[in-house]
Amino acid sequence: MRVSADTLRLAVPVASFLLLLGGVFFLQPRTMSYNGLHLLFNLAVPIALATIAQMLIMAVNDLDLSMGTFVSFVACVAATYLHDTPLMGVLILLAAIATYAALGVVIYLRNLPSIVVTLGMSFVWAGLAVLILPVPGGTAPEWARAVMISKPPLVPMAIVASALLAVFAHLLIMRSSLGVLIRGVGGNQRSVQRAGWSILVARASAYALAASFAVAAGICLVGLTTSADANIALRYTLLSIAGVIFGGGEFTGGRISPIGAVIGALTLTLAGSFLSFLRISPDWQIGAQGAILIMVLALRLLLNRLESKGRVA
Amino acid sequence: MTLPPPAVLEVADAAVRFGEVRALDGVSLSILPGECIGLVGHNGAGKSTIVSVINGGLTPQQGEIFSDGTRMAPYGIGVARSRGVRCVFQELSLCPNLSIIENTRIMHRSLGGFAWRRRAQGIISPSLDAIFPGHGIDIRGHVGALSIAQRQMVEIAMAFSDAGQPPRLVILDEPTSSLDAGLSAQLLAHVRRFVAGGGAVILISHMLNEILETASRIVVMKDGKIVAERGERGFDHASLVEAMGSAARDQAAARSATAVTRSVLRLALPKGRSFRAFKGEVVGLAGLGGHGQTQLLLALFDMHSPQWWPRRDPAVTFVAGDRRENGIFDLWSILKNMTVASMGEMSRRGFVQDRAEAARGVEWKARIDIRTPDMNNPILSLSGGNQQKVLFARALSTRAPVVLMDDPMRGVDVGTKHEVYGMIRAEAEAGRTFVWYSTETEEMQLCDRVLVFREGAIVAELTGDAISEHSILRASFEGEAA
Repeated sequence: MRVSADTLRLAVPVASFLLLLGGVFFLQPRTMSYNGLHLLFNLAVPIALATIAQMLIMAVNDLDLSMGTFVSFVACVAATYLHDTPLMGVLILLAAIATYAALGVVIYLRNLPSIVVTLGMSFVWAGLAVLILPVPGGTAPEWARAVMISKPPLVPMAIVASALLAVFAHLLIMRSSLGVLIRGVGGNQRSVQRAGWSILVARASAYALAASFAVAAGICLVGLTTSADANIALRYTLLSIAGVIFGGGEFTGGRISPIGAVIGALTLTLAGSFLSFLRISPDWQIGAQGAILIMVLALRLLLNRLESKGRVA
Repeated sequence: MTLPPPAVLEVADAAVRFGEVRALDGVSLSILPGECIGLVGHNGAGKSTIVSVINGGLTPQQGEIFSDGTRMAPYGIGVARSRGVRCVFQELSLCPNLSIIENTRIMHRSLGGFAWRRRAQGIISPSLDAIFPGHGIDIRGHVGALSIAQRQMVEIAMAFSDAGQPPRLVILDEPTSSLDAGLSAQLLAHVRRFVAGGGAVILISHMLNEILETASRIVVMKDGKIVAERGERGFDHASLVEAMGSAARDQAAARSATAVTRSVLRLALPKGRSFRAFKGEVVGLAGLGGHGQTQLLLALFDMHSPQWWPRRDPAVTFVAGDRRENGIFDLWSILKNMTVASMGEMSRRGFVQDRAEAARGVEWKARIDIRTPDMNNPILSLSGGNQQKVLFARALSTRAPVVLMDDPMRGVDVGTKHEVYGMIRAEAEAGRTFVWYSTETEEMQLCDRVLVFREGAIVAELTGDAISEHSILRASFEGEAA
């Protein structure tokens, strides 16, 4: 049997996704339609974008605990400045991306734990978001709204966007030189350094790219919800981490999979609907969601063990 | 020694100090094209340091580096690579999460641009085929999925590959340690071809036969200096071992002949002899670094310490060699660092008895002379040697009958060393067993019995007067089954 490790890694999230999708279709056949799929998945697009952002941070062996508040902050900027004074809005978002790059530099130079720095930053983003939008409100930029409610023929927007995102992220992170460099830093930083690369530049680019994806997530979210509030995306921090792990990524070692991460985000969204269709009371849903996650991870562990056993033999 | 200019690389009078340790002490070495230099020496002789200086990873505090007759200043990794210096390190220096092609991209910075994958494949694949014909490695696969030998092969092929800047000086640090005989022969044949074509190679190996057969010049290092240098056929096996040791050495402290008593430790090793130690014995583990000594200590520890539920009386205790990594608790006081291993003895109903703990501190402060005004000072206020003494006190103050020591004297000054040697002797006479891994031969001479490791197996057992630098060196460097 010659299955590449990557394929095997992707098999678990794909299989769990299809299983859950089958379950949803079985419980509620009406979801098997253009509109049904649209409703099932439209909230998954911003989550998938945030998951890709988190994945980039995890690729260099760091973790971003400010993802949720940062996406909320972006949503607030998008619903106010980006709508009212687009130029100002763009400048603010560019400054936010530059801040992320600077964080990557500081974390590397001062050898700080990323979770501490990003946890601290999460309060900064949350504070800024409240300053910008003290009460829920604002208006989504028309173009963002137009993109998110557009109805392409045959396949709903959410699925088209997810597929495009998966392909784009795959090309960027798995195929390009920059992506190889970022993953190399996660795999063996010293050897990358010995080959004469600047670790500083690699880490700063990883953080800046992550921030760009997170900005896209915030704008998408506002496009869907039409207005924003300062706490709109708080759960994205944990959802994005879970999505990366679910999709075959790991916390250390630069082992990540963009396609897996997108599928992970879709699966997590789907799990919520699945449990609702099962009529599990909302009180139990979070616990049930956790149970699904544990089952998938246990399956992964089992496959990993088989994989390493095959190597020894 | 100055040679005419065309040297690929020349290091003149380089000196490197790490704190009090002189890793390099005025070394001059020039490497000519078409030359294979065999570099040999015992642990800590300075081989790795000179390699780091040559590949630009380490800037010497003193000395100059020339390439093709021009002085290179500043010299660094980038300059070294642009002069065609390539290095295969002893530890894995590929990214395990990337494919071989992607690793090639990382190693060759100039490879960028569209369709780099095809170009990278065109670089690494011929190199691998040339050095190891019939290797059977899928270059699109992940490095993490390869065996250790295959990773080593890829790394070697990477160093010899040419992406615009041809390799001119390739440094191979123990390249054959994980290759079998057939692959080693292929590699050495390639080295000869490369050298014949005008390239230069520095070969470091503990397999003296390889050095004797392949090198056109052999350089022997000891204590950060070059102590001997001869051309092809200038050395034979015996004279090379001779050159690595020092001629005369003052006899170390006398050993008391221990009567053989009951064995307290026993462990079967996957290959070679099995390990056993007796009560009241000091057993030394010798040989080159990384040949299985630390693994043995860890295996002994795992076997004798409970995995789930702590025992009231531990069977073994461990003195770590890498203080900062796995020895001390940076933020704790000296006292807490010392008593952490015997907390159980000093607590009642789950609470630590402050008074008992303080008394223990006072007792050991006096016994091993920890130089501090107050045991409640932070551990980092102590010098390295005194921190190490605290780690000894931590181990010795437990009731464990066996002490495992993983090169504990690294970076400790001579005075402290002798104090600790005395303590070890006294404790051994009182019936404790010590298993002591050290890279320093003098320390091995303090042991009752020395086991020499090579490639994960015990290859020699020395006792009494047979323990000498010469015999340890010979056992750790032996060629094939000799």
